[in-house]
Amino acid sequence: MGLSAAAVTAPNRSKPDSLGRGAGPAPPGGDTLIELRDISKRFGTLQVLNGLTLSLEGGKTTVVIGESGTGKSVLLKHIMVLLRPDSGAVYFRGTRIDHLSEAELSPFRQRFGFLFQMSALFDSLTVGENIAFPLREHTRKSSAEIDAIVADKLRMVGLDGLQPKRPAQLSGGQRKRVALARAIALDPEVVLYDEPTTGLDPVRADVINELIRKLQRELGVTSIVVTHDMTSAYKVGDRIVMLDRGRIIADGPPDYYRTTDDERVRRFVDGRASPDDLAALDD
Amino acid sequence: MGFGTTAVSSRAASLLAAAGDRTLTGLVEFGRFWRFAIQTHWWIARTILTRRTWKLVIPECMDVGVMSLPVILVTGGFVGMVLAVQAIEQFRAVGLEEQMGGVVNLSVVRELGPVLAGVMIAGRIGGALTAELGTMNVTEQIDALRSMGTDPIRYLVVPRFLACFLLTPVLTLYCDVMGSVGGWLVTVVLSGVDSGPYWEYTRDAVGVYDVFSGTVKSFAFGGAIALISCYKGFHCRAGAEGVGRACTEAFVASFVAILVMDFFLALLLQTIGNWIWGFRPLL
Repeated sequence: MGLSAAAVTAPNRSKPDSLGRGAGPAPPGGDTLIELRDISKRFGTLQVLNGLTLSLEGGKTTVVIGESGTGKSVLLKHIMVLLRPDSGAVYFRGTRIDHLSEAELSPFRQRFGFLFQMSALFDSLTVGENIAFPLREHTRKSSAEIDAIVADKLRMVGLDGLQPKRPAQLSGGQRKRVALARAIALDPEVVLYDEPTTGLDPVRADVINELIRKLQRELGVTSIVVTHDMTSAYKVGDRIVMLDRGRIIADGPPDYYRTTDDERVRRFVDGRASPDDLAALDD
Repeated sequence: MGFGTTAVSSRAASLLAAAGDRTLTGLVEFGRFWRFAIQTHWWIARTILTRRTWKLVIPECMDVGVMSLPVILVTGGFVGMVLAVQAIEQFRAVGLEEQMGGVVNLSVVRELGPVLAGVMIAGRIGGALTAELGTMNVTEQIDALRSMGTDPIRYLVVPRFLACFLLTPVLTLYCDVMGSVGGWLVTVVLSGVDSGPYWEYTRDAVGVYDVFSGTVKSFAFGGAIALISCYKGFHCRAGAEGVGRACTEAFVASFVAILVMDFFLALLLQTIGNWIWGFRPLL
């Protein structure tokens, strides 16, 4: 039942298979919102992404899972061209964006929201100023309108009234929620989440998961969630993609991961170390 | 014999390869720095007349200018005093102690004021800039700016560059004034030379062009400190060690840049001065 990397990333596969795996590198269009085509990325001698091809449908939540260091966050940063591929191409709504200049990318990036792993709130600004930042930068709204939007977004993440606080005064969970409020300030079409539940206790993690579902329900955004937390993946994902050594090794709906016999997938899902990992401990 | 020759040639080859690698890395770094500098100037040209830019520059001016003033005043005062202490005995021995004002003040205005004010600003402001931007870099705040469609060079570097570029000359003038007062204290108050000749010889020796030379240099020093410090912050390695190392590298590079620029600007400005007014004997 396991999926070989070659099967999943094979070019010109145009129809989803029985596992619901997304179409391969078909020409962008139809329901495909974002497409990564044959992406490779190397840092020094480390090959992080290795000919990865992935199409993402609009309005769905796709979860990317995999062990640490398999290229999940790097993949996410390629979608917004925060990193540029060594080879391959990134398309958004059929437009190739990976070779655009930073200035040309700005209008595209305003259609995305990005929740960073460490929240990446600006320390020097208050919570309210952090959320207002993209509105002040890219819109001509009055201060009163911006304040109203900030209050609305904070209410959406359950933190209204925290506007005057500094990020340093917030707990880890609150910081993530404020960062999420900032990510959706411009009402983006796509929200990218980099390890949204990492470092949170199970209750706070569940609050974030519920928020991701709520945003998809209420705003209809396309979400791409990078995580190694299977509880979160099952809860928020319409589709789950698993990476290993920069390649996709499995791609399917949550039910596939509950039932698959593929050894690599099972080990990750069940949280079991491989014999090689255990042997390394004895060395 | 043959084995020995092979070993020596292999060692020479590896040394040559290492030297080649270092040269290549240095050239790449140099190219990146100039690209960064050009991007900064491109953004300055595009945004210098906008209110949005100056709203960001003014808070930086507080940090660079007002907060640096005490340390610059102390530096200037002690530089003038030390110069006078070193020179007074020699001048008294040949009966020229009344000409102390000319020598002390010309040295301060042309060289020591700009250079030492520059070094103090590199230490106080340059280090802080690198640490601040470096921390923003490793906590993904710079990526967060890019993800919101805001160019980090426009938002972070341009205001800091303008504040350093415009205020280093102002701080240098304060340093010059305090140097003059310091020299006067030692020469007149401690060594008993008449105050009148001290200022008369100062007026004769220090011309408008000398003040202009010092000011031109300090514009260059301020710009170089800002560019080097911001560049090091933007490109620092992850972790506390990476930020610490970037701060050290920024200070060393700024210091060396100040000395090298001082030499070439001194040559250039002296040649221009001699060409316009001819040689002016000091004594």
